[in-house]
Amino acid sequence: MKFIAEIDVMPLKALLDPQGKAVTMSMHNIGFKEVGNVRIGKHITLEIEAESKDKASAQVEEACKKILTNPIMEGYEIKIQEA
Amino acid sequence: MKFGVVIFPGSNCDHDMIYVLRDIFNQEVVELWHKDTDLQNADAIMLPGGFSYGDYLRSGAIARYSPIMEKVIAFANNGGFVFGVCNGFQILCEAGLLPGALLHNNNQKFICKNIYIRPESSKTALTKTLNTDRALKIPVAHGEGRYFADKETLVNMRQNDQILFRYCNEKGEISNNTNPNGSVENIAGVCNENKNVFGMMPHPERAADKELGNEDGKHIFESILASIQ
Repeated sequence: MKFIAEIDVMPLKALLDPQGKAVTMSMHNIGFKEVGNVRIGKHITLEIEAESKDKASAQVEEACKKILTNPIMEGYEIKIQEA
Repeated sequence: MKFGVVIFPGSNCDHDMIYVLRDIFNQEVVELWHKDTDLQNADAIMLPGGFSYGDYLRSGAIARYSPIMEKVIAFANNGGFVFGVCNGFQILCEAGLLPGALLHNNNQKFICKNIYIRPESSKTALTKTLNTDRALKIPVAHGEGRYFADKETLVNMRQNDQILFRYCNEKGEISNNTNPNGSVENIAGVCNENKNVFGMMPHPERAADKELGNEDGKHIFESILASIQ
């Protein structure tokens, strides 16, 4: 079976996100005064063949730990659905 | 001494490193392609600066899994001398051979300029012959050089003399004003617990030739040669 995984990778809350900070300031400058604390991460999608949704989840989880994210600087959330 | 300089697709300081070792210090150098699986009996492995694999995903994240790195990791775990500069430092952190990680500079700029660093101690191969009272002028060129490690890791690193260099001013004074990229505690270079794996963001290989008007980087290579020969 084929599954599609969507992974949101975000910089850890404790760390400064300079990109998000610059965008927050720019948004204030163009009138979005109510906006604060913009944080910018990555959205990764991938397709994966697996016998079951659980097995697909386990593999994506392992991939996140091994290469897709760095736990020292990022956190992640995975959503999986059948393709 | 036989040095192995690893070349990844996107490395761009590989020839600076090779030139300094071969032409300035008269050392034997072998070039190791990222797809190689043989370190050619090198005594020391150097990971140069650049943008390996276009810095895709995270700096060093893909290079860390290239075939040669499997051998480099085994070599390091066996006590072999490994030194990464800039992108090489990022790769070593991604590989878990060095503690911490390198984040986007806090000012979101690519910084390319001369800065000063002060050796923290003389207890490692990289800093053995350096004077801890003298600041070295070494260029940096990076967008992702903000060193970060959590508090617990930093405590252990301090206790174990794993902090090699801190960003400072010309006089060797360390403050927030002398921190170019927001690195925690002004850290510019670190080593592993066993003190055989080293990484630093500034480029000593770009400051080791008289023709370039700055030879401060030479001192770091001299320390390496004095320590591991």
